[in-house]
Amino acid sequence: MSLTSDPPIVKAPAEPEDYGALKVVPVRHPWRWAAVIVTAVLLAQFAHGLATNPGWEWEVFAEFFTAEVILKAVWVTLQLTAYGTALGFALGIVLAFMRLSDSPFLKAVSFAYIWAFRSIPLIVQLLFWFNLAYLYKELKFGIPFGPGFFTFDTMGLVGAMSAAVLGLALHQAAYAAEIVRGGVLAVDSGQLEAAAALGIPRLRQIRRIVLPQAMRSILPNAANEVISLFKGTSIVSVMAIGELFYQVQVIYGRNGRVVPLLMVATAWYILLTTALSILQHYVERHFAKGSTR
Amino acid sequence: MSAPTSPATDDGMTDDGTVERTAAPMVDVRAVHKSFGSLEVLKGVDLEVRTGEVTVILGPSGSGKSTLLRTINHLEKVDQGWISVDGSLVGYRRSGDKLYELREREILKQRTRIGFVFQNFNLFPHLTVLDNVVEAPVSALKRPRKDVTEAARRLLDRVGLADKADAYPKQLSGGQQQRVAIARALALEPRLLLFDEPTSALDPELVGEVLDVIKVLAHQGTTMIVVTHEIGFAREVADTVVFMDDGRIVEQGAPGDVLDAPKHERTRAFLSKVL
Repeated sequence: MSLTSDPPIVKAPAEPEDYGALKVVPVRHPWRWAAVIVTAVLLAQFAHGLATNPGWEWEVFAEFFTAEVILKAVWVTLQLTAYGTALGFALGIVLAFMRLSDSPFLKAVSFAYIWAFRSIPLIVQLLFWFNLAYLYKELKFGIPFGPGFFTFDTMGLVGAMSAAVLGLALHQAAYAAEIVRGGVLAVDSGQLEAAAALGIPRLRQIRRIVLPQAMRSILPNAANEVISLFKGTSIVSVMAIGELFYQVQVIYGRNGRVVPLLMVATAWYILLTTALSILQHYVERHFAKGSTR
Repeated sequence: MSAPTSPATDDGMTDDGTVERTAAPMVDVRAVHKSFGSLEVLKGVDLEVRTGEVTVILGPSGSGKSTLLRTINHLEKVDQGWISVDGSLVGYRRSGDKLYELREREILKQRTRIGFVFQNFNLFPHLTVLDNVVEAPVSALKRPRKDVTEAARRLLDRVGLADKADAYPKQLSGGQQQRVAIARALALEPRLLLFDEPTSALDPELVGEVLDVIKVLAHQGTTMIVVTHEIGFAREVADTVVFMDDGRIVEQGAPGDVLDAPKHERTRAFLSKVL
């Protein structure tokens, strides 16, 4: 229904046109450009502030960033992370397979453990372990309820550092158990069935067939956990252990340079988390074998 | 493969096995019942498979044919009745007048003599084709890896995949994956091969290459039970065709009898739908 008096456009039904010869005009995104400009200005302001605001005290930052006391503290933080991760995931794997087992008792124990350690805040748990000697004066290895072979003084055995590692590992194990269990459940049940049909021994089925495939879904979550444990070690500063965050607090408590010293801790946390992320990338690539066409 | 071989003349190979034929059957299934919860899937099944014979099980889905196959290598435990393979009870050991349930380790050992090929191949995706084939003989039979690797390469050659040894399963077509799965089952040198709908997950144009491999094995005198919907395959290869419906064996016999002159109404109804 045309209201204009223009003559109707009649196209000659002639030969098909050669669109390939025409110039293509891409669609424009003016609002995207506006957003880019606003974001860039805000970023520039932030960078300008970092560089020019004397409050950051970059010379203090530079002085302490590689100071020996800080490097030692970084080392303690790394140790706490490594032990916490290794022990946590070792116990976590055991808990995961207990919960996947056919024994109702083992299932219940694993469930109860995970329930308990996910319910107790880490800081509360750490203080419990720190005060273990108050409950048990000595630890004994021997026949259950019977005579002991070795006896340790609890105070001597569970020092601040081991109490911290114990607390972090037990806490981590609850989360690790669920991550490992999730990974195992994600493996197609046909895989175990095929392994069973081939008569492959049980342990070998798990080590060779299930776990390598489970790793694909375990790894991203596990990396999250390791990184969050790494930063979470700052919580053990309540036990006066000389890890990074505690040491930084001690120093700024003495010299009052709060902001640059917090930046020292921040920079180290960022640096090492970046290293962990890079490591994650390569480990994931290793376990992705066979996943692409 | 010429027209269906008549057992009297062309069967020289298996005629040599007369001793075996009259001896105990390779597979003996007796009065087997199996339920999943309140659903009874097998309602008393009896089946004999003699050494060197190919038995094809047909039937509508839900008739219990896959479950029956899975009970034979104890992937499913029977509720009643018993099964023996190659003279030994599956999943149990007799001592006096008692049957002792076998430990998992012993069941796994029994399974190494029974090859199983799945509908969905179930290859291990993180292992190369060669490692898929090598894994079970090395870990289950404790054979030296070097010997097993050589044998595995020969097997891959037999199924026409020698050049794919270092590929990963995902890089293969469905038909190639199923041929690897067959090589993997053969690597254990089983006395019996079980095929659970080996071509049902394949694109139509890939069915032939898998059936060809199975046919060659059949003509070499491998004892096998094949659950399938391929009527043409049954006609050509089977010594015995078994028709199952609703958890029971409705009729069984030579392919010519069951497929061309079924006695039972249900067999006729099924065949008229698939043919």
